[in-house]
Amino acid sequence: MSEYATPALPTKGQTVLEAHGIVKRYGHVTALDGAELELHAGEVLAVIGDNGAGKSQLIKVLCGAVIPDEGQVLLNGEPVHFRSPIEARLLGIETVFQDLAVAPALDISTNLFLGRELRRRGLLGKVFRMLDKPRMRQEAQRYMDELKFRLPSITAAVESLSGGQRQGVAVARAAAFARRLVIMDEPTAALGVREGGQVLNLIRAVRDRGLAVILISHNMPNVFELADRIQIMRLGRRLTVVTPQEHTMSEVVAMMTGALTPEEAARARAMGGGR
Amino acid sequence: MSLSLTASLARAPQAALRVLAKPALGALIVLVVFSACFAFTTDTFLAPGNLSIIIQQSVITGTLAIGETIIILTAGIDLANGAVAVLGTIVAGRLVNDGYDPTLSLLLMLALCTAEGYVAGSLIARLRLPAFIVTLGLLGILTAATRLISQGGAFPVTDELLGWTGNAFRVGNAAVTYGMVIMFALYIAVWYILTQTAWGRHVYAIGNNPEAARLVGIPVERRLVSVYVFASFLYGVGAWIALGRIPNADPNSMQTTSLDSITAVVLGGTSLFGGRGPLFGTLIGALIVGVLRNGLTLEGIDPLWQDLVTGILVIAAVAADELSRRRGQ
Repeated sequence: MSEYATPALPTKGQTVLEAHGIVKRYGHVTALDGAELELHAGEVLAVIGDNGAGKSQLIKVLCGAVIPDEGQVLLNGEPVHFRSPIEARLLGIETVFQDLAVAPALDISTNLFLGRELRRRGLLGKVFRMLDKPRMRQEAQRYMDELKFRLPSITAAVESLSGGQRQGVAVARAAAFARRLVIMDEPTAALGVREGGQVLNLIRAVRDRGLAVILISHNMPNVFELADRIQIMRLGRRLTVVTPQEHTMSEVVAMMTGALTPEEAARARAMGGGR
Repeated sequence: MSLSLTASLARAPQAALRVLAKPALGALIVLVVFSACFAFTTDTFLAPGNLSIIIQQSVITGTLAIGETIIILTAGIDLANGAVAVLGTIVAGRLVNDGYDPTLSLLLMLALCTAEGYVAGSLIARLRLPAFIVTLGLLGILTAATRLISQGGAFPVTDELLGWTGNAFRVGNAAVTYGMVIMFALYIAVWYILTQTAWGRHVYAIGNNPEAARLVGIPVERRLVSVYVFASFLYGVGAWIALGRIPNADPNSMQTTSLDSITAVVLGGTSLFGGRGPLFGTLIGALIVGVLRNGLTLEGIDPLWQDLVTGILVIAAVAADELSRRRGQ
C-alpha cells in the first residue's frame, strides 16, 4: 500500500489546499458566506464551529460532495473543480465519515483494499481477473505495522473488532490511499474514550507520515490534544485561526459561540497574560 | 456433579453454536447425517445409479440456486427465477417447433432470460424498488406471458441441441448427464468469481454495507444491475438443463422452483440479510433436499414428510444465521 502513498507525499509545511471566498446558498439561506481555509502538509487543522456555522458545508465542498456557488479551491496551487467525491478522491483527497464505513463480514485486508483491489500480475490477473490476496494481506499488515496500529490478525473479520479498531480500519484505509490530505468528519463521535484514544493515535501517525489532516470535531479535548491549528467558523465564514498553545478551551468556545471576538480574546491575553 | 463437568456442559451449546455459525459446515453435517441414515436403513441408497438420480433431480434447482445465491448475497431476493426459466423453455421450444435454427433458438433463450435480469436489476438498483416486490410482479407477468405464448398447454420439445443436456455418459455404474457437468462447472466458475475477483468482493460488500461500498467508490448501482443480469443468464442455462431433464415445455412446471432455490440457499448458510454465505453451501442445500426426497421414497415413507423436514431445517438455518450475526455485533 505504501507504494501508493509514499511517492507523491508533499513536503512538510507546504500549502496543500486553499479555499478562497467560498459561497454556498440554499434559497434564501446562505450556508457559506465567503469562507476561507488553508492547509499545510504534515499538520492537523481542526475546523470547529457551532451548529450551522458552515463547517460541514465547507468540508463537503472540499471533498466534492457539494459544489459551491462562488469561490475557488486550490490544490497544490492549482485550481480544481470537484463535481463528485470520486473526483476529489482521484486527486488524492480521502474522507473518513462518522459512521463506520466498513463491511463488517469481510476481513481487514479486504476492507482496506475495497474498491481498489490489487490483481495478480500476468495472465491470471489480466485474463482471469484474479485478486492478489497474499500481496494485499502483506501490504495491509506492513502498513498497519507502520502506523503502529495493533490488530488481532489482518484476516480477521472486521465485525470481530472493537468499535475503535473498526474506525481505525476506516482511518487507515483513507490514509493509505490519500496522496495529499485526509478529511476526518467526527471520527471519534461514535466511540468511547479509550477507543477514541486509539483513533487519535492513529491520526497522529498519519500526520507524522507527512499527510495533511482536516479534523472536524465537537469534542474540544480531542481537538486540543490533536490539532496544530484550530480554525473557528462562525456564520458561514472563517472567524479566526488559533493554536492550542495560545488559547484556552473556554476562550475558543466563547469565540465559537460569539461571546468573545478574536480581538477581545487577544486583548484579554495581553492584559491578563493569557492562561 | 463435579464443577468441571458442569462447566463443560454449559459450554456444549456454545460449541454447537460455533459449528452452526460456520455456515456451510452445519449444512454439510446435516447432509452427511441424512445420507448415513438412509445408507444404513436401505440397500439401494448408495447405489451409483441412485446417487445419479438424486443429482439429476437436484440439477434444475441447483443451477437456479446459483443465481439466487448471488442475488441474496446483495441482500436482494428473486421470486421469479422459476418463471424466467419456464419462459426460456417455452420460447425456445416454440421457436424450434416453428422451424427456426436450434442454435439460434438456444441463444435467443439465453438472451431473453438475460434481458429479464436487466429489467429486474434496473428497477431494483436504479429506481430503488424492493427486490421482493419487483420479482413478485415479474413472477406474475412472466407466468401470464408463458401461458399466452404456449396458448395454455404443454408441448413436447424433441430437438437434439435443446435436449443435449439430458444426454449422459457412464462413469462406472453411474450415469452422468451433461446437465450435471454444466451445473458443477458453473458452481466452480461462480465460486471463483465470487471469491477471487474484485466483482465478487464487491457483491459481498454491497450486501454487507451498501453505504460503505458507495463511499469507497464501488459503483453500487452498476454492480447490482450486473448481478441480476448474470443471475438471469444462469437461469437461462437452467432452462436449457430443464429441457434436457424433461423434453417438454410446460407453462405449469417449476412453480415451486424459486422457493426451492431460496430453500437451498438458506440451508447452505447464506444470510438473507446479505453479505455473507458460501456458494458451495447452496449446492449442499440443494442436495439435502434431493437426498431427503429420495431417501424417504426409498424408505417407503410418504414424501410429504420431506416438505415438513425441509421446513424445520430452513427455520433452523435462519435461526443459526440470526444468532451468529447477533453475536457478531
